[in-house]
Amino acid sequence: MPRRSETQESAQTGKPVSPLPDTLRHRNLFMKRQVPGIVFLAVILALLPILPQPLQIPEYWVTLLNYIGLYALVALGLVLLTGIGGMTSFGQAAFVGIGAYATGYLSTQYGLSPWLGLLAGVLLTALLALFLGAITMRLSGHFLPLGTIAWGLSLYFLFGNLDWLGKYDGINGIPVLNLLGWHLESGRSIYYLIWAFVLLAVVSVQNLLASRLGRAIRALKGGGLMAEAFGVDTGWLRVVIFVYAAVLAALSGFLYAHLQRSVNPTPFGLNHGIEYLFMAVVGGVSQVWGALLGAALLTLLQDWLQTLLPKLLGETGNFEIIVYGVLLVLLLQYARDGVWSYLARWWPARRPAALEPAAALPQRRKPQAGETVLQVERVRKTFGGLVAVNDVSFTVQAGEIIGLIGPNGAGKSTTFNLVSGVLRASGGEVRLCGERIERLNARAIAQRGMGRTFQHVRLLPGMTVLENVALGAHLRGRAGVWRSLLKLNRGEEAQLMAEAARQLERVGLGAHLHEEAGSLALGQQRILEIARALCADPLLLLLDEPAAGLRYLEKQQLATLLKQLQGEGMSVLLVEHDMDFVMNLTDRLVVMEFGTKIAEGLPETVRLDPAVLEAYLGGVDDEVVVEAGEAHVE
Amino acid sequence: MDLSIAAILLQDGITSGAIYALLALALVLVFSVTRVILIPQGEFVSYGALTLAALQTQKLPGTCWLLVVLGIACLLAESTRILRHAGSRRRAWRTLPVLAGRYVLLPVAILGVTQMLLHSGFQLPLALQVLLALLIVAPMGPMVYRLAFEPLAEASTLLLLIVSVGVHFALVGLGLLMFGAEGSRTTAFSDATLTLGGVSISGQSVWVVASSVVLIAALYVYFDRTLSGKALRATAVNRLGARLVGIGTAQAGRLAFLLAAALGAWCGMLVAPLTTIYYDSGFLMGLKGFVGAIIGGLGSYPIAAAGALLVGLLESYASFWASSYKEVIVFTLIIPVLLWRSLANPALDEGEA
Repeated sequence: MPRRSETQESAQTGKPVSPLPDTLRHRNLFMKRQVPGIVFLAVILALLPILPQPLQIPEYWVTLLNYIGLYALVALGLVLLTGIGGMTSFGQAAFVGIGAYATGYLSTQYGLSPWLGLLAGVLLTALLALFLGAITMRLSGHFLPLGTIAWGLSLYFLFGNLDWLGKYDGINGIPVLNLLGWHLESGRSIYYLIWAFVLLAVVSVQNLLASRLGRAIRALKGGGLMAEAFGVDTGWLRVVIFVYAAVLAALSGFLYAHLQRSVNPTPFGLNHGIEYLFMAVVGGVSQVWGALLGAALLTLLQDWLQTLLPKLLGETGNFEIIVYGVLLVLLLQYARDGVWSYLARWWPARRPAALEPAAALPQRRKPQAGETVLQVERVRKTFGGLVAVNDVSFTVQAGEIIGLIGPNGAGKSTTFNLVSGVLRASGGEVRLCGERIERLNARAIAQRGMGRTFQHVRLLPGMTVLENVALGAHLRGRAGVWRSLLKLNRGEEAQLMAEAARQLERVGLGAHLHEEAGSLALGQQRILEIARALCADPLLLLLDEPAAGLRYLEKQQLATLLKQLQGEGMSVLLVEHDMDFVMNLTDRLVVMEFGTKIAEGLPETVRLDPAVLEAYLGGVDDEVVVEAGEAHVE
Repeated sequence: MDLSIAAILLQDGITSGAIYALLALALVLVFSVTRVILIPQGEFVSYGALTLAALQTQKLPGTCWLLVVLGIACLLAESTRILRHAGSRRRAWRTLPVLAGRYVLLPVAILGVTQMLLHSGFQLPLALQVLLALLIVAPMGPMVYRLAFEPLAEASTLLLLIVSVGVHFALVGLGLLMFGAEGSRTTAFSDATLTLGGVSISGQSVWVVASSVVLIAALYVYFDRTLSGKALRATAVNRLGARLVGIGTAQAGRLAFLLAAALGAWCGMLVAPLTTIYYDSGFLMGLKGFVGAIIGGLGSYPIAAAGALLVGLLESYASFWASSYKEVIVFTLIIPVLLWRSLANPALDEGEA
C-alpha cells in the first residue's frame, strides 16, 4: 500500500491534504478526452438530407426521422423519470398536448408568434407538472403512474370538449415556424430544428446526470433513504425530474403542432402516453441513448405493422397495439434493459473521466479535543405502549470513539435512529455541538455535520466507487438544476470529485476509484460507506454495526482505519454487536438493555460490571457469554 | 332539477356505482395478493358483455378461440419450465398430461360445446348463456397471470404496472379483432319494473345492486372466515412468509386473477343491457373502479366500495349538469384524493423501484 505513508503524514501534520493525491495526478496523464458519440450523431444527422442525390434520403424518410425526433424527446424525459428516477408516467402524451395546443391556440386566435406559444406551453406544462408532482411524489411507487393515467384521460377529454380548442376537430391553420427569417415549411427544414432540440435535450440530460444533482437523482431508485441521510431532498428532486420530463414533452408538442400545422386530441390520448413509455422500455429505460433508439425502433415497427397487419388480418384497425402489448410484456420478462444494452456491448467501454486538480472544498470548524460533540439527554422513544428507549443519556467528546452495545432488542438501533433523525424522539434532547437536533429530520441533521453508515450496506452498485463517495459531499456543492443542465458547474464538480478521491485515499480505497461499487467485497463496501460519510466533512461519524459480516482481517483493517481517523481528530459513535471489536477500539462503552442504559464507562470496567454480566449471561449472544465468563474468571 | 330527476340520477348513480364497486373490489383483491395493478380488468368486462351478446345472436364468440390460444401458450410456457429442470423433467410424464388437460383440453372442450350449441340452433336460457360466457372468459384470468405476471412475480410494483399496461394493450387489440368496432347490447336479466315512492326502478338495476351486495358480502366472508381466503391475504402481506408456511403464492395469484376475471365478466353482463358495450368500453369502466379503489388506498375493501359508489353518483349527476365533461370530472377527482392521501400519510416511502 504505497499511499499509506501519505495519509499518515497528513494525520500527523494536521494540515489539509493536497486536494488531489500525486498518485492520481500521474494516472491522469494517461487519460485523453474522448470525442463524444453525440458529435458523430449530429454530423450524420445534419448530412442525411443534404447529401448528393443517390445518398440523400427520400422525403418519406425525412418524415419518419421527424417523428422519431419528436417521440425521442418525450421518451428521453421518460428515461430520466422511469429508468433513472424510478417513477413512471403514462400521461406524457397529455403534456405533449398542452405544448401543442398552447402554440396552436395562441398563434391562430391571437396571431402571436409561435415562440411565445412555446414559452406559454412550456410554462403551463411546468406549472401543471409542478402541481401534480408536488401532490403525488410523496406517495409510494404506484400512485404516481395511476395518477398520470387519470389526468392523461382527463386532459384528453378536456381537449375534446372545450369549444375554444375546437372540440374533437381541433385547431387548423397553425402558422409555419419562422426562425430568424427562415420559414420552416418543408419537412426537410423543420427536420433540423427538431433534431437540434433532440440533441440539446440529450446533452442537457447527460449534463444533469453527470452532476452532483445527477448522482442524487440516480440514488432515487433504491437509495432514497441513504440519499436523505446525506442531505438530498429526494422529494424535491423527484418533482424536478418530473417537471423536466414534462417540459421535454411540451417541447415535442410545440414542434409537432408546427410540423402538422394542425392539432386534434387523438395523438394526446392515453394510448399514445403508453406508447411513449413503451419506446423508452424498448430502447433501454435507463439509458439516455435508449430513448432515441426506442423511438426509432417503434416508429419503424409501427410503419411496418400498419401496412402488414391489415393485409394479414383482412381488416383495418388499430391492431398494432396487440403486437406492442405482447412485445412489451416479453421485453420486460426477458430483456428488461432494452435493446441499447445489447448494442452498448459492442461499443468501446467508456474510459473513466479524468480527475482534474481542484482547490480543496471549505471545511467546517471542528470541535477542539475535549469539547462535547454529541450530547444525548434523557432521550425516549415509545411505540404505543412499548418503551423502546427509556431516558437514555450519554455524551461523545471530540476525538473519542464511543461504542453503544447491548444484547439483541436492547434499543441500540432505535437510539441510533433517534440520533440520526430517522426516527423522532418522544422525549428528551439530542444536541450536536450544542445545537438541539431531536426535532430535525435526517436531511437537516446531515447538514449540521453528522455523517453515517448503514447496517445493511446502502450503495448504488451500478455507479463507480468515486461517484458513490462523491454523493456524500452532496451538501458541500451549490450548483443547482440550471447550472447542471448547462454544465456551468465544472469547477465545483472537479472539487467534489477531488474531495471524494481524497477521502477514498484516506481510507485506503484509492486503487478502486473507477470500479463499480457493487463489485467490491463487503469489507471494502463498508469502508466505502465510511469514505462517503467522511466526504460530508462531518463533526461526528455514526457507524451502524460496521463490523457485521466482516472477516477477521477485514475487521482488523476497519479497526486500524477508525483508530487512524480518531488520530486525525474525528469523533465516532458506533453501534456494535462484536465485543472483541469494541473492546479494543473504543474509549468508552454505553451498554443498553431493554431500552435502558445499564452501564457506561471504560471497556475494562464495563466488562466487569455485574449488571452487564447479568444482561449478557441471561442474554442471547453466545459469543458475549463466553467473553463475559472469561472476564469473571479473571 | 326537480326531485324526480334527482331520484332518477340517484338510481343511475347507484347502479353504475355498484358496478364500479365490484370492479374496485376485484382490483383491490388482485393488487393485495399479487401487487399487480390490473389495468386489463376492463377488458374482461368487455369480453364478458360481448361474448354474451355473440351467444345471444347465435354467433361463435372469438373469445372461445382466444381461450384456446392462451391455453396453448400456457402449456408451452409450463412445458419449457418443466423440461428445463432435471428434477421436474423426471416427473414430466405425470405432470404434462395434467397440464395439457387443464390448459388445452378444457378450452377446446368449451369451444366444442359452444360450437355444438350454436349449430343445433337451440336457444339456451339466459342463465345458461351467462354461465357459458363466464366459463369462456373467467379462465383467461389465470392464463393471463401465468403468461404475463407469474414470471415477474418478484418484480417491483412499477414494473408489474407497466406489464399490466402491456397486457391491456394486447387484450384491447384482440377485442377489436374478435368483436369488431361495433357495439352490442344484450337482453335484460329481468323486464320487471318496480315502483318505489313514485320512482320506477328497472329490474336490471335491482339485479346489479343486489348481485353487487351479495358478491361483496361473499368476498368479505371468504377473506375473513375461510382458510383459503386467509391464505390469499397472507400472500398479500408477506410473500416469503406465506410460502414458508406452505401457501402456494403462484396458486394464490391465479386464484385472484380467476376471481377478478369472473367478476369483470359478470359486471360486463350486468351492464350490457343498460348501455351499448364496445370492445374498449370496459377500460373506462375499469378505470372508474380504480378511482374508487384508490380512494381506499388500494387496500381497504369497504372504503374502495364506498369510493366506487361516490364515483358512480358523481358521474351520474355530472352527466346532468355538464354531460360532456363527466369524464373530466370523474378522472380529476383523483387529484384531490391523492392530495388527501399524501397529507394523510406524510411519511416518505422508501420507494421500491
